Amino acid sequence: MTARVATNESILVVGGGISGMTAALEAAECGRQVILAEKTPTLGGRTALLYRYFPKMCHPVCGLEINLRRLKANRNLRILTMAEVVRIEGARGDYTATLRIAPRYVNENCTACGACAEAVASTIPNPYNYGLDRMKAAYLPHAMAYPQRYVLDPSIAGTEEGQQARAACRYGAIDLDMKEETIALKVGAVVWATGWKPYDAAKIQPYGYGRYANVITSVEFERLADPRGPTGGAILRPSDGKPAKNVAFIQCAGSRDENHLRHCSRICCMASLKQTQYLREAYGEDARSTIYYIDIRAIDRFEDFYQKVQHDATVRFVKSKVARIAEDEKTRNPILHGVDTEGYHHYATSHDLVVLAIGMEPEVTGAQVPAEVIEDSSGFIEGAADGGIVAAGVAAAPLDVNRAVQSATAASLRAIAVVHRAAATENA
Amino acid sequence: MSAQVPERYRNDFLREVEERVEEGRWVKMCMQCGVCAGSCPFGPHWEHSPQKIFMMIRAGKRAEVLGSDSMWMCTSCYNCIVRCPRKLPITHIMHGLANYAHRLGLAPKGQPTREFARLFWDNCIKQGRANELKLTLGLYFKDGLAAGIKTALAMKGIGLGMFKAKRINPMELFGGHRIKDVKGLHAIIAKAREIEDRRKGYTS
Repeated sequence: MTARVATNESILVVGGGISGMTAALEAAECGRQVILAEKTPTLGGRTALLYRYFPKMCHPVCGLEINLRRLKANRNLRILTMAEVVRIEGARGDYTATLRIAPRYVNENCTACGACAEAVASTIPNPYNYGLDRMKAAYLPHAMAYPQRYVLDPSIAGTEEGQQARAACRYGAIDLDMKEETIALKVGAVVWATGWKPYDAAKIQPYGYGRYANVITSVEFERLADPRGPTGGAILRPSDGKPAKNVAFIQCAGSRDENHLRHCSRICCMASLKQTQYLREAYGEDARSTIYYIDIRAIDRFEDFYQKVQHDATVRFVKSKVARIAEDEKTRNPILHGVDTEGYHHYATSHDLVVLAIGMEPEVTGAQVPAEVIEDSSGFIEGAADGGIVAAGVAAAPLDVNRAVQSATAASLRAIAVVHRAAATENA
Repeated sequence: MSAQVPERYRNDFLREVEERVEEGRWVKMCMQCGVCAGSCPFGPHWEHSPQKIFMMIRAGKRAEVLGSDSMWMCTSCYNCIVRCPRKLPITHIMHGLANYAHRLGLAPKGQPTREFARLFWDNCIKQGRANELKLTLGLYFKDGLAAGIKTALAMKGIGLGMFKAKRINPMELFGGHRIKDVKGLHAIIAKAREIEDRRKGYTS
């Protein structure tokens, strides 16, 4: 079976976020054999961690649900989760990929009933809420997780608690003897869709992230607004749990800055505009959003959304990159210091909460791939010079979900062309 | 083409700054984010922040920029350089502008930092060594005899203390120590100025 699936006519897609899923599906639906490798226990990537999409304010469940249905219906697709690509050798049309598969300690008998989680008391930081809360050490990543199968954290696998989890499972799904595996796959082309991560906000020293409790990032704010997030969808201050009604959004937090990320991350303007609407949704006319910006980059049809937010009386725009943040010791309110470019007025403005519209950087850098990889000065890659490895989505450039999907479709077509040629040579 | 642009719409000042002011070629890179203005510890106390100065240069406000005393207020703390998202050498540009305005004789008259800089330069160059006693007295008496005596009396305690600690020598008032080859130094400075003038097109 593997021999048929993994040949130089197969495509390996690295990364199971929205781009990887799309690239894999497009190729599989064209009749190609595809292997989709995802490092974490679930598909969906960072898209699944959004509360809503801009500009239509719909929930990510929608887009992901369609993809998951396509995925389940397709026989040309093999999905490997908890599988990290450690090495790729060979050349265009003839690669050998080495994958390291971490033990899940839960097999396919799992029905996602949750009995194991109830039997376990230990908790671990919850990466699906960006570490804002903790989750049980036996967990289902999130409601949209695919596969819908629990995971046992390695920290409890060899312990008494691991045994308790196994005893609680009525389906014999927990296998504490699972070991890390290393496998090698033959493929003809690789789609590199490893996505992005938020820039480390603590590196932007003058903004005090990590020092001031009420300075958070936009990805964290996204989780606060989500009913499945750490606060059950209530937008509350981390310092005292009080409602955060007066919120500042700081644009270009890390992006467009030679000291941090030199590129424009492209999504942050729209993300902040969108998040002002979360605040309005939560607090109505009492909401107070202030966007501090250099310039708003809402391109083509997003302009409509920008104009809509501009007309919202609860949203104020200040043309200025905030110079530094101080904290009021008594109220723990962040105080923003800077100069307004429209009039050059100095301000020192207090807010309940500050959201840093954090920039995107490549999730994976310095991947071990053969041949020359063309990459830009920020580490986003185009692919191998010979075209056998193609980047898709945010691995290629900072993109929103919509454009990541377009990029993935394009990457898929290029990968198909590579294996198509490999097939033609083989049969000649 | 440029010849047809009416005089009042012509902006040659940015080009002038780029060509003649130290690090002036960076000015056009400013994206007006305001971080330098907000980061300057003296920010609220001077009229034109670096951000504003850069915009004024681009707007062709030559007299206002060169006559501004803002560049002279810079204490070289380098906060702006460290934080500038475009890595403009802001501190150096401000000093470059101050120097350029001074050379053209457009810098504000009696600006204390400018006066001190001039005193210090003349003092140093004369004998190749800074004469601290003469520099201090020069500073005390720059606003006239009465003001000088008043300041000197007020500082008497410190002066005596320094004398006892051998940090100050009254004999320095008569000539003072000097480097071996003062003439050589003056020749070097003259040559350097000649090169700078030629490169930057000063006529003086």
